[in-house]
Amino acid sequence: MVINDKNYNLSVELDKIHLRNPTMLASGILGISQSIFERLYNENIGAIVTKSISVNPMKGYPNPTIIPLGRGSYLNAVGLSNPGVHAFSKELCQNKNIPIIISLVGSSEKEFSEMVRVFDSLNILGYEINLSCPHVSKMGMEVGDDPEAVNKIVRTVRMNTNKPISVKVGVGSVDVVELARIAIDAGANIITAINTLRAMSIDVETMMPILSNRIGGLSGSAIKPIGIRCVYEISKKLQVPVIGCGGVSSWPDVIEYMVAGASAVQIGSVIGTSGPRIFKQITKDLRKYVEKKGLRNISEIIGIAHKY
Amino acid sequence: MPTNIDKRRIVRIEATIAETPTVKTLVFKDRLSYSAKPGQFLMIWIPRIEEIPMSVMINSDEGYAAVTIRKFGIGSTALFERKKNDLIGLRGPYGNRFTLRKNYRKILIIGGGTGLVPLLRLASLASKSNVKSTIVMGARTKTEVFFEKITRRIIQGANSTLLVCTDDGSYGIKGTTVSTMGKLVRNDFFDCVYTCGPELMMKGVVDLSNKNSIPVQASLERYMKCGIGICGSCCLDSSLVCQDGTVFDGSQLSKMLDFGISYRDKDGQKINYA
Repeated sequence: MVINDKNYNLSVELDKIHLRNPTMLASGILGISQSIFERLYNENIGAIVTKSISVNPMKGYPNPTIIPLGRGSYLNAVGLSNPGVHAFSKELCQNKNIPIIISLVGSSEKEFSEMVRVFDSLNILGYEINLSCPHVSKMGMEVGDDPEAVNKIVRTVRMNTNKPISVKVGVGSVDVVELARIAIDAGANIITAINTLRAMSIDVETMMPILSNRIGGLSGSAIKPIGIRCVYEISKKLQVPVIGCGGVSSWPDVIEYMVAGASAVQIGSVIGTSGPRIFKQITKDLRKYVEKKGLRNISEIIGIAHKY
Repeated sequence: MPTNIDKRRIVRIEATIAETPTVKTLVFKDRLSYSAKPGQFLMIWIPRIEEIPMSVMINSDEGYAAVTIRKFGIGSTALFERKKNDLIGLRGPYGNRFTLRKNYRKILIIGGGTGLVPLLRLASLASKSNVKSTIVMGARTKTEVFFEKITRRIIQGANSTLLVCTDDGSYGIKGTTVSTMGKLVRNDFFDCVYTCGPELMMKGVVDLSNKNSIPVQASLERYMKCGIGICGSCCLDSSLVCQDGTVFDGSQLSKMLDFGISYRDKDGQKINYA
């Protein structure tokens, strides 16, 4: 029997966003070039989340910024390097059919509204607000740990766009479900969970921290059970669309996140071992799973684990 | 169990060679680097300062390898200043390699400056495979010529040729590597051209090879953070230099809009080559 999208439908809905399959590129990975986005689209990716963009260009931290830890886990403190809102809108201005979600990072409401005003006329699906990068001061997690700042920033973005907004939450000092609730109440449509977790690695020969920033964020296989728990709790308590993120490296990870309550998943670290072709592989495997389970659409499994 | 190239090794610098006042070679013992293929690179950690991609320099001693640095930015200057017995970290070698086909009998190698590093590893492989190489080594001026001695040693007895050219004619042939190449391909046949050096030089070599229908391979350089295909800093059109390269062939390069035109800065903005 021929396996194709028509017979084994992988399409999912995320608020107003329709995706041909539930795989997305996680923010921070490969996310600065339209040519690369096109290549990923040809690898059958569902959607692309860009690197987090700030008002002004950011060079990020000196290297080492990314450390492969082995067993599918990575530590990074890239420092939110990005070309800034103006260069990046120029990069995307020719975009026609690539499903792109722009990740935004900033310190104040003013910065967010300025960026949305520039990006909103582009051909993009929506925004993801990064409130959880764990290694840059006055941005990301430092904003995410301040419920009032979260409320104000999400409200500001909401006022400046009609496009769907996802808020990316992480494991910080504010409970992840509480943070998600604040974001939704302020006008977010979707929650992305989780970001990397604050972590560190020290070389025993030189006795020196390896990352130039000393502390960074842990990603990959090691954090998957935490991501699953967060997605499960958020989707169970808030009944909002959730995008699962953290340690997805193969089809069973996608399924696990979806039965925990995710409508889609983001994939990042595994690209360091498998390259962009991982998306083609995972979607092919997901189709086989859908066929084996006799599902009409993969979305039938979303949140099934809540029943037990 | 397969060796994990991602695992950081800390090595001691066992010798340093001053190539010119601004170029230095650091020699260390590392089995994986010793076995690196021509075109592959290491991510070199200079503790608490930087981590930079460096092509793997050949060393005649079993189990040893080296890197050759031109003092330029923060990372390369810090590495340049490392002394004998200092510790550096390594991961890799990463990336693809120059391919030397079995039917090749005669190849042309065009290198500029530290771009000769992967080409010397290739020349050594060619010598061992009885492939005749013509090596064109370019520099701006006499004081910037280096690797001449080691190149002569590598090609010794292989019926190969070394041509040194300087832009100002202060040593060897007067002219650029590309003009020297033009004369060579007019009078001689080569199975393949291999190049590494400043991108605008490589662009000239690739265009000339394509024009003359000679297969060509070039090893490219870009700013990198991870070296393993995650960060996207080294993108060149839709290719990643760290994973899809560093070596690209003439047909790939002729389709690239960025090659010889632009690169990306640390923040990801496109910068045009002046």
